[in-house]
Amino acid sequence: MSSDSHPSAKRLTINAYSERGLLGFVGNQIRDMQPPILEMKGITKRFPNVVANDQVDLELHSGEVLALLGENGAGKSSLMNILAGLYRADEGEIFIRGKQADINSPRDAMRLGIGMVHQNFMLVGPMTVAENIILGMSDLSFIPDMGAVSNRIRELSERYSLKVDPESYIWHLSVGEQQRVEILKLIYRGAEILILDEPTAVLTPQESKDLNAVIHQMTSEGKSAIFITHKMDEVIAFSDWVRVLNKGRLVTVKKTRETNPQELARLMVGRDVLFRLEKKPRVPGNPVLELQNVQAIDDKGLPALRGISVHICSGEILGIAGVAGNGQEQLVEVLTGLRNTTGGKILIFGEETSNKTPLEIINCGVSCIPADRIARGIAGDMSVASNLAMKCYRKPPLVKKGVLHPSRILDLARRMIDMFRIDTPTPQTHAKFLSGGNIQKIILAREIDACRGLLIAAYPSRGLDVGATEFVRNQMIEQAEAGTAILLISEDLEELVTVADRIAVLFEGRFIGILPSDEADIERLGLMMAGVKQNNSDLNYAPSL
Amino acid sequence: MRLVFEKRKTRSRKAIFLVPLVSFFISLVLTAILLTIFKSNPLITYAAMFQGAFGSWPNFTETLVKAIPLMLTGLGVLIAFRLKFWNIGAEGQLTYGGIAAAWVALFWSPFLPPWMVLPTAIIIGMLAGALWAGIPAFLKVRLNVDEVLTTLMLNYVAILFAEHLYYGPWRDPKGFGFPGTPSFPEFAWLPRIAGRAHMGLIFALVLALLAWFFLNRTRWGFELEVIGNNPSAAQSQGIKIAKNIMIGLLIAGALSGLAGVCEVTGISRRLQQGLSIGYGYTAIIVAWLAQLNPIAAIFVAVLIAALLVGGDQVQMMMGLPAAMGLVLQGMLLFPMLAGSLFTEYKIRFIKQTKIANASTEQLAS
Repeated sequence: MSSDSHPSAKRLTINAYSERGLLGFVGNQIRDMQPPILEMKGITKRFPNVVANDQVDLELHSGEVLALLGENGAGKSSLMNILAGLYRADEGEIFIRGKQADINSPRDAMRLGIGMVHQNFMLVGPMTVAENIILGMSDLSFIPDMGAVSNRIRELSERYSLKVDPESYIWHLSVGEQQRVEILKLIYRGAEILILDEPTAVLTPQESKDLNAVIHQMTSEGKSAIFITHKMDEVIAFSDWVRVLNKGRLVTVKKTRETNPQELARLMVGRDVLFRLEKKPRVPGNPVLELQNVQAIDDKGLPALRGISVHICSGEILGIAGVAGNGQEQLVEVLTGLRNTTGGKILIFGEETSNKTPLEIINCGVSCIPADRIARGIAGDMSVASNLAMKCYRKPPLVKKGVLHPSRILDLARRMIDMFRIDTPTPQTHAKFLSGGNIQKIILAREIDACRGLLIAAYPSRGLDVGATEFVRNQMIEQAEAGTAILLISEDLEELVTVADRIAVLFEGRFIGILPSDEADIERLGLMMAGVKQNNSDLNYAPSL
Repeated sequence: MRLVFEKRKTRSRKAIFLVPLVSFFISLVLTAILLTIFKSNPLITYAAMFQGAFGSWPNFTETLVKAIPLMLTGLGVLIAFRLKFWNIGAEGQLTYGGIAAAWVALFWSPFLPPWMVLPTAIIIGMLAGALWAGIPAFLKVRLNVDEVLTTLMLNYVAILFAEHLYYGPWRDPKGFGFPGTPSFPEFAWLPRIAGRAHMGLIFALVLALLAWFFLNRTRWGFELEVIGNNPSAAQSQGIKIAKNIMIGLLIAGALSGLAGVCEVTGISRRLQQGLSIGYGYTAIIVAWLAQLNPIAAIFVAVLIAALLVGGDQVQMMMGLPAAMGLVLQGMLLFPMLAGSLFTEYKIRFIKQTKIANASTEQLAS
């Protein structure tokens, strides 16, 4: 992409301002006088072991679009779930049109004109668009007049150019169309404040552009919108104001016009380095993993990996940076045998492993810390000991002629629990009773213990507190010093810079660049993650919208 | 005051032990209410039931007669349930086992030495049961077909096929129109050990021990447990899910098939109407009440069989419907399912927190 596309992206926002007439100066005056349509004050939400929101304030005026920017786990979604009535805040107050509001359920939120489009759509597949839209509305007659409903939907979809046929079935629709249904559902029910949770994550660039137009049509009628994102270019294209969250705290409030992607990237990630890890110079050995032009498609059949080539040597940590959904998931899956490649070659210790079974790849010495630890990493209803043994149960001394040796499994578990300081009442406790951090330690202990050459770690410190994060990072460095090759996927740029030796940035299924980590700074990586190619020091900003 | 369920730090061992006992007691109380409505003294009724099931040696052996097929089908269902494979088809697998055993007993005698007929019938019967469970398992792992439907539907196929056989081609010509095959030759009878209770009891006890060992102490059992708990994690750890489901279900079907073999060769000694009185469905209750533990399944099977036999007794002695046993059986499951919550949660009372003063109705515009 060239720098030519930059002005056009910018123009969208500028147009949005000018459409609202002579808002410029006068608008600011009015803005200061009118009470905000929505105000959240000192919102705090705690979950076991983690503070999701810490004294967060938020303000939204009629006709505005606010972007909530932050990394995964920064507290954006939980803040919006409080507003939408799915969670209750532990502390803080919410004011709607100046009056204090008590939002206990999504129904309360809807009554106050707040509607949320969730990342995973809440639609009923075998029912029609019209049926979905009126589903759960309280003021319906016993036999709803579906004709009138459909007409009203057509009228609204015309007005907001949300093209959808009210009579078609949800399961026939594309993801983009389903999202339109979700938005229509909210408009139909009279929502004045729309919350969109990462709305473009599932959209094609063209659909994103259409969504942008829809949002601006709505704001020009006095509705407002909040959207959650971690993509810089969307903030610029969509919003009037931006609030940046980091680790549950509100970092800054900026007018979108008065900021730039570089600044936002830095704010989002957090300027200061929390801890420096002792990184001894390591001499990389022989290549362990080699990828040659690897390609793969995702579940929908769309290309997810578009030709990836890289190698990792023993004792080396390769970091993979990138916004979620740019092929990380599929990369892990092809490496561990859970997904077939459609082209290219994967070599582990010189042996081709593309499209081999997970067991064959495990036997090559590969371990993997999965991104979704509850879904893939553990069996919650089995004991901590069983979970720890889940990789090495196949080999003696834990098993002899197919018969397990329970006391040896228990010994192994006790040793791992000690070594990794796993906080569990007993080794027999079911894993699901443990905290997220301790579950992660179980996986880490199991995978590191069984690792014989290559460790794939996907977001290993996601959702962990500072202490556990440091522990995880130190473990990886120790493993690398012991000669393991490590592929570390992370959204935490700081983690990548401190832990990895080289950092590859994944964007739309390709490596947009690979940098040695001592040349990589957070700002530069943040821009590459947003799809900006690095031509020496020339920083061209090319949004993908 | 508000009532909240609080997650325990670990699964309560006390609760695991107490919940079945307390649930049994609650179900007795609930059924007592029903009995009172039927103008019957609950204590006397329960005493009669107990008397009917365990009161004398012949009564006890009758309880065992009903317990044997429940043990075997219970084991079959339990193994499948450990894989989260909802095998509702034990009834059909049992029937198919019975059909196959009858086939061997009736038609293979000319080709086999007499001593080999019974063992062959057992093996062929088990294979037939395995086949009947293998079909839904194959459809599940290959085409992801819902096993609840396939196992259930195949029950009807098996039952109606059996009916076709004993009403039609296999019907005893000297049977005066009675729906059933001729009696098997004596060398194809499963030896009885006490009253009508037969060798099947030994099979069931040995197989329960084996099942416990395989499920809890072997690599294979471990793999089944991981698959049942979290198939995605199993897949990530390189466990072959399709293969294990196939093996698990073939074994499950073979166990239910064996129950059918024992019924036809040990009890009726012919294939006839009423081969199964719903053992395959009751097996689901057995497996569930036993919390998928094979050893516990043996005791639960005896208990359920006692309810069936005791129910018959109260019908004969007190004029109550025999279904009273079934009512108690059903009542048993409810408190048990509700009670399992307490193994993971405990109840705590907390004071209601102050609700913010502004009501949302006022603000609605």
